[in-house]
Amino acid sequence: MSLAELICPAGTPAALRTAVDAGADAVYCGFQDATNARNFPGLNFTPDELAEAVAYAHARATKVLLALNTYPPAGKVDLWRHAADTGARLGVDAFIVADMGVADYIARTHPQMRLHLSVQAAASSPEAIRYYCESFGVKRVVLPRILTIPEIRQIRGEIPCEIETFIFGNHGLMVEGRCSLTNYLTGQSTNMDGVCSPAEQVDYARHADGSMSSRLAGFTIDCFGPEEKAGYPTICKGRYTAPHRPEGYYAFEEPVSLNLSRLLPELIEAGVHAFKIEGRQRSKSYVRGVVRAFRQAVDDIRAGREANIADLVALTEGQKQTQGAFETKKWR
Amino acid sequence: MTPGTDTAPPIRVPGSGVIARLACGVVQPLLSRTVRRIAARHPQLFARLGPHQRTDFLIDPVDLPFALHLRPDPAALIFRAVPRDAAPRAGAVIRGRFLLLLELMDSEEDGDAAFFSRDLEVSGDTEAVVRLRNALDDVDGSIAEEAAAMFGVPGRAVLARLRRAYSHDYERKTA
Amino acid sequence: MAVITMTKLTLGPIACHWSAETRRDFYARIADEAPVDEVYLGEVICSKRAPFHEPDLPQTIARLERAGKRVIVSTLAEVMLRRERKATADLAAMDAPEIEINNAAGLYARGSRPHRIGPFMNAYNEATIAWMAGQGATHICLPAELPGEAIAIAAAAARDLGLGVEVQVFGRASLAVSARCYHARAHGRTKDNCQFVCESDPDGMPLRTRDDAPILRVNGIQTQSESYVDLLPETPRLVADGVTHLRLMPQVVDMVAVAEVFRDLLEGRLSSVTEGDARLAALCEGTEFSNGFYHGTAGYRRIARAATA
Repeated sequence: MSLAELICPAGTPAALRTAVDAGADAVYCGFQDATNARNFPGLNFTPDELAEAVAYAHARATKVLLALNTYPPAGKVDLWRHAADTGARLGVDAFIVADMGVADYIARTHPQMRLHLSVQAAASSPEAIRYYCESFGVKRVVLPRILTIPEIRQIRGEIPCEIETFIFGNHGLMVEGRCSLTNYLTGQSTNMDGVCSPAEQVDYARHADGSMSSRLAGFTIDCFGPEEKAGYPTICKGRYTAPHRPEGYYAFEEPVSLNLSRLLPELIEAGVHAFKIEGRQRSKSYVRGVVRAFRQAVDDIRAGREANIADLVALTEGQKQTQGAFETKKWR
Repeated sequence: MTPGTDTAPPIRVPGSGVIARLACGVVQPLLSRTVRRIAARHPQLFARLGPHQRTDFLIDPVDLPFALHLRPDPAALIFRAVPRDAAPRAGAVIRGRFLLLLELMDSEEDGDAAFFSRDLEVSGDTEAVVRLRNALDDVDGSIAEEAAAMFGVPGRAVLARLRRAYSHDYERKTA
Repeated sequence: MAVITMTKLTLGPIACHWSAETRRDFYARIADEAPVDEVYLGEVICSKRAPFHEPDLPQTIARLERAGKRVIVSTLAEVMLRRERKATADLAAMDAPEIEINNAAGLYARGSRPHRIGPFMNAYNEATIAWMAGQGATHICLPAELPGEAIAIAAAAARDLGLGVEVQVFGRASLAVSARCYHARAHGRTKDNCQFVCESDPDGMPLRTRDDAPILRVNGIQTQSESYVDLLPETPRLVADGVTHLRLMPQVVDMVAVAEVFRDLLEGRLSSVTEGDARLAALCEGTEFSNGFYHGTAGYRRIARAATA
């Protein structure tokens, strides 16, 4: 049976302590710049904050994973190299990388450091994963959220590294690391700047009838009726019209949250080593609730007890949730 | 959208006129003292605000008789109660029931979830709101408890009563 | 204007689902008439489409090569299923023609044998380009969203390593790929029973915002820009910065005429860039042009800036 480590998000030092206290096996976090894919305003760590966070986590036997999972544009690679140097100096337990140049730099300069392949590298076949393992000594791959459990089981048998899968949180629709939608509308790149639907270009317009439009860079991404649940204007979760869909529809995906709590036993059985909870941009209350619930569930499953799935399902109560591609390929 | 052009949410107390002005006069000294103390204890809060230290936030608890004007500038901190008809032109407006705002401040409630369920309304500069949220979220423990504790046993009692009163109110209205 | 004859014009792989017949006619005309130097063939977006046109591939290659074009076959951008893994491995095993790889699975299969790096490989910077060159890459197509100043640095680094450097200068930009087919979804189907509904949209299925602004195009699992990228005004700068190959993406317009505009610019036959842009605009009536990515701003934007060359 796999270890079923719980990998938890930390957008701020307080969130990191919250995740550690709630039972995370590892937390992942990033610096306050473009070197990670959650480069959001007011979020993330200064080097000093990271040093304290590593001490706090290590004192409680929790690992710290540093996300360096964006793609440096030519001429700016040094920012990523320095981030890696700083992370190594501060004693983080692994780097989560996507760019081959960054991976190569770390493999050569900090050969003792453990490398995890970010979901942003979009390695979705045994061959692609083996490429990164053999080239850079990658020890773990974070799988894209596009595979079914039988496919994950199959990959597990064909690769020399551990598998981490997302189990909860925001449900990205596009292949990560291959999406320029935000840049097309806003001029800020998900891959190069770590930005997705930047808040500075988001606005909400309330209309007289109680409906509300959410806009990104002036483009209406969705319009919600007075009683309808709202969403953040993420382009891949917007409603649009097409020639034969004049009423407007969710062209890519409805605003749903991934929740694989019901599939945990199967994922463990398929050989998944680590479960990742999305949400570095979410609050401490989210981190506390989600980490605690999944800690309990994973412990129960590992001890051979029935896990209380209801608690996990309740975490997204009121919000729509999905098992996405994991359950059936009809999702595609 | 520009603040001030929006329509009123359904549940709201007047927040203007004589009562509002009297209420503001009563709470103002407490607010000033509270916010200065909290700021002194949590200096890291300001770094996360970045350029929005000089943004005017209007925090509008729809079930209180007044709104709150926050300007989180460490050099010239403003936190004051204002009648709604005398509110400043704000860079960002955060509007919701008092208890929800209290819980958001303490990270007891998840802001995204509250927003998606339409219990929380945000207008104006969205980045300012996100920064404020992230800055408050990086404070360990409860800001509300901290503030209440400044006023000793009576302060804690008032907070407990507020929480009870406004949660009943909330349950009644959403039942 | 100066003559820039060293620079190659290329025709990228057809992104949308064109029927076998449409493709045959298209490439016959390209072979006979289009002033392009190199042509990329093969299915990059959806492995389900490949069986329709793969049987024609050998003839198309021969036809284009007889016309003096260099032919390169591109591999799938997304490799997940058994048939996709096999398709990628089969192409990687070929000795000729050249191969352009769009997924790390292809890099694994190709090993150190020479290959080109496609625009889906995320060669954003000089460190990655150097790594790829060390593994046998001979040519790099840069990502569509890379801004001009980064292109200049990447191009210089690539040329120092002896690599060709390619930038898309015309056609819709690829903005995203997914495991899900959005064409099938729009018609209430799934990817596995799509019935190839994408064939009815040879230039992509337009999406508009609910206040009726055109915004994106859907091509099966791919999302493209609504606007056509047009870097004609920026082409002299690109060439000066060391870009060796300019890629035109096939759209449902007169691609021979589009290629002629770029060829005329390279050979100094245009009186001005404005004249060339006017010709392109006439060829692509009803479609907006954009160059925002190049100028480091929102990709959909059209930055009016006099060509600097």
